[in-house]
Amino acid sequence: MPMSYSIQLINLLASTLLLIAFAMLSQRRILSLINLFAWQGLVLSLSTFIVAYSTNQQHLYYSAGLTLLLKVLVLPWLLHRLMRKLNVRWDVETLINIPTTMLVGIGLVIFSFNLAAPISQLSESITRGLIGIALASVLLSMLMMLTRRKAVPQVVGFLAMENGLFFAATSATHGMPLVVELGIALDVLIATFIFGIFFFQIRETFDSLDISHMERLKDD
Amino acid sequence: MMTMEQSLGILFQLYQSLLVVLLAPLLTGWVNQCRAWLQNRTGPGVLQPYRTLRKLFHKDAVMAYNASPLFRATPYILFGCMWLAAAIIPIIAVDLPFSPVADVIALVGVFALARVFIALAAMDIGTAFGTLGARREMLVSFLAEPALLMVLFTASLISHSTQLPRIVDALAHHQFVLYPSLAFAGLAFVIVLLAENARIPVDNPGTHLELTMIHEAMILEYSARHLALVEWASSLKLFAYISIGIALFVPYGIAEVGAMAGNWGSALPLAVIALLVKLVLAGAALALLETLLAKMRIFRAPEFLGTAFLLAVLGLLIHFLLGA
Amino acid sequence: MIDLQLLALLLTPLTGGLLLAVFGSRSWAAELNSLMSFCTFIAAVVLTVRVIDYGPQVAFSEQFFIDQFNVFLVALTAFVAFTTSLFSRPYMRIEQHYGKLTIPMLRLYYSMYQMFTLAMLVALTSNNMGIIWVAMEAATLTTVLLVSLYRTPASIEAAWKYFILCGVGIALALFGTILLYFAAERVLGEGGTALLWTHLNQVKGELEPTVLKLAFVFLLVGYGTKIGLVPLHSWLPDAHAEGPTPVSAVLSGLLLNVALCAVMRSKVLVDGSLGAGLAGDAHFAGNLMMGFGLLSVVVAALFLSRQKDIKRMFAYSSIEHMGLITFAFGMGGPVATFAAMLHMTMHSLTKSAIFFAVGHAVQKSGTQQMENIRGMMQVSPTVGWGLMLGTLAILGMPPFGIFASEFLIITTAMHDYPWTTPFLLIALGIAFAAIFGKVQPIVFGETTARRLPHQPALIPVFAHLLLALILGLYMPPYLADWYRQAAALLGG
Repeated sequence: MPMSYSIQLINLLASTLLLIAFAMLSQRRILSLINLFAWQGLVLSLSTFIVAYSTNQQHLYYSAGLTLLLKVLVLPWLLHRLMRKLNVRWDVETLINIPTTMLVGIGLVIFSFNLAAPISQLSESITRGLIGIALASVLLSMLMMLTRRKAVPQVVGFLAMENGLFFAATSATHGMPLVVELGIALDVLIATFIFGIFFFQIRETFDSLDISHMERLKDD
Repeated sequence: MMTMEQSLGILFQLYQSLLVVLLAPLLTGWVNQCRAWLQNRTGPGVLQPYRTLRKLFHKDAVMAYNASPLFRATPYILFGCMWLAAAIIPIIAVDLPFSPVADVIALVGVFALARVFIALAAMDIGTAFGTLGARREMLVSFLAEPALLMVLFTASLISHSTQLPRIVDALAHHQFVLYPSLAFAGLAFVIVLLAENARIPVDNPGTHLELTMIHEAMILEYSARHLALVEWASSLKLFAYISIGIALFVPYGIAEVGAMAGNWGSALPLAVIALLVKLVLAGAALALLETLLAKMRIFRAPEFLGTAFLLAVLGLLIHFLLGA
Repeated sequence: MIDLQLLALLLTPLTGGLLLAVFGSRSWAAELNSLMSFCTFIAAVVLTVRVIDYGPQVAFSEQFFIDQFNVFLVALTAFVAFTTSLFSRPYMRIEQHYGKLTIPMLRLYYSMYQMFTLAMLVALTSNNMGIIWVAMEAATLTTVLLVSLYRTPASIEAAWKYFILCGVGIALALFGTILLYFAAERVLGEGGTALLWTHLNQVKGELEPTVLKLAFVFLLVGYGTKIGLVPLHSWLPDAHAEGPTPVSAVLSGLLLNVALCAVMRSKVLVDGSLGAGLAGDAHFAGNLMMGFGLLSVVVAALFLSRQKDIKRMFAYSSIEHMGLITFAFGMGGPVATFAAMLHMTMHSLTKSAIFFAVGHAVQKSGTQQMENIRGMMQVSPTVGWGLMLGTLAILGMPPFGIFASEFLIITTAMHDYPWTTPFLLIALGIAFAAIFGKVQPIVFGETTARRLPHQPALIPVFAHLLLALILGLYMPPYLADWYRQAAALLGG
């Protein structure tokens, strides 16, 4: 099974992505969470770059650059700024039960690997396992959003989910058309701004960024 | 009538056995010295463990009044187990006479045997500390062992064998391949190594604080030559673990199959030099890690080891998915 | 020519959005909003006429595609967007008069209203599955701030829920889109064409069935969150109840349709791919949609009777109807598809009319709690009648159009999937009892309501209801023909 080094590297980066997804799942401190998110973006950008180099696709270089700019620099910077302004830099999420979350996370990984297995088998392409990993990191980020009770970690989860999707789009399928990627990037950026607006609205109304205060709307 | 290769093999097996038993305290000393440097202390020098051992061997042993024979025998069993483990792990060559028995699962069993005896001995005297230490030790190992097995399974899936020499052979002597699964397993292994050898985030070998100690609590009642053997066994255990780590994750430099028959004169000295370099680096890295990390509360240890298990399982899963 | 017409359709709301972002705080902003929506409607009509005359068209180097199916939704969207803008003119002024809204909030509202229309039109007309996704996400982004417009704790909570849940849902849809691309890339090669629906439609028989099946599951779950299918619906009642009423009307009447349109586009591809392969699961996509649809109908009907908030109740009614439409599309076949599209049209018209009437009723009584809204007939017979007739229409009473479409759906279900009929009938019965029982005292009975400072806009209510009535009584042959062509395009 001779695999070229670029594929091996992409596989390694994919695994790192999954590892970071798990690290985010178990990270209680919001500040570290944002840093992990930046690292995830870096891994993403690197793997996109390697895909671009190995398949010689011009537009993937732009994607890699865009990822680097948006997900490693702009978004973490925005989030850090928000943290400073909202004064929640040292917030800690206390309510998560890490061992259970981890077990559920492993279950999700097995689930998504299983789901992706038929695809990996029929694909003779070199990146066969990556869809499974991308799906796993998407689901893990989703789990993270579910387990969090604070607004900022939920948003980081949302963005991390987008990262997983972006990984699927660039590495597993060798890149969607650039116009789509640009559209997605724009959406993500706008979403982050809107999230920022929301943080202020939520804090103004509920005096905290704790989502558990929001339980007014229920069907009784 | 033995062939040339067989006799050479036995010679080198003996050489390795002696090497490990003599080198193990040096490794411990090196780690301690590195820690001292990193903490801006002068340190006692790398030879300090030998001096300690000599001092302990010259003392008269004091025994608790109600100590059973088990208590007396345990240091010897402990030392034997660890020596055996360290001696059979392929650290310089893969086809020594004892190599076929260096099965990873057997190794885990040998470590478990030693652990059972030390825990029993700790409870034998009936002091509060001994029991406490034994319980904590069992908790830690109960969590660490599955993680260790998962790590070993990942490695053996790649090489289709649970024999360490085969694993080393598959990894070191074929075309270089990046294994993401092994990266995960490697991280998990580091955590297990820290926990099993009573290193810092889980236990602190340097203190006798009743709230935190695990390993030291178990051996509080030992003195003189018994204590010396226990300490020596601990050094050997650290040495064995680091050797397993080297064999699994950086096996480059270990002499190939057939080295006994061919150019052993160049392959083996090279292997020994590679081993020494790797040990020095590993020891320094361990010291660095211990300096950087903070001792965690004992109740956090399950979470820490759970991470190891998680990583190892992820490695396994990734191996199945990516085939690498 | 088609390029130009499409450009007019898309540029009008874009210009409107930008203009209103600048001038949204002027006193004539509401009129400008209506004017831009009217222009959009005219552009949609022109486009529709052209598609009826010349058949399906592609535009802008195949990036956009208009056929009978989506042009009918374009026309419907532009029409309802226009009437809603008419309704929102007095409605928002009254809200401002009561001090619930400030001028900057109104500016945000007007600007985002146009942007939302743009996003929906792009999502409907785009030929690129990726752009459809981008536009759907944009539609969420433009409405999320509208839901929290009042800045009350409940509205912020509703908007947050809406944002997070739809964000998660839409992410799954993106994953589905990526899988689709993954499958298409193997047939069409890398590059721009592998996501174009027209190209995919041509080669759908060659697409890998396993991948497409998985892709469809993700697309259905993802866009299904937007449609409000149970169990992914929990954002919908909150967002409808807490947002301004015009937003509820367009969310309920239009956005849900647009999401359903995206699902139908994917269904056509999956059916083509699976139909070419082994026969066993050729109806995979349909079964999945039927399952989600039926579940939504039943669960929403059960929830209806427990509602106390009037907008919330009608939001659940939307879930029920979207479930019914999804179910009908899932059954497939010319009759069911025809009925589903008819139901889409009728539901949009009727439900937005109801929300208009409800909006004014709520303003008159100052609360959304149904037990405190009483005797609308006394205060304002027009609002009362509008609410009553709208309710009768949405409940499927003849001679309104929903009766015709529900009748078609249920008879088809009886014929093809007899076991589903009891569920459907019981659910519709429960819904009838729940909604009628609650609306009746609201319309009749003693009142405590007040007079409004501005004349309410009731023309849109009756215009919608009249349309629904006419279409229920008499379907012009060319319209029926148009629906039939669209049904044929969806593989019915």
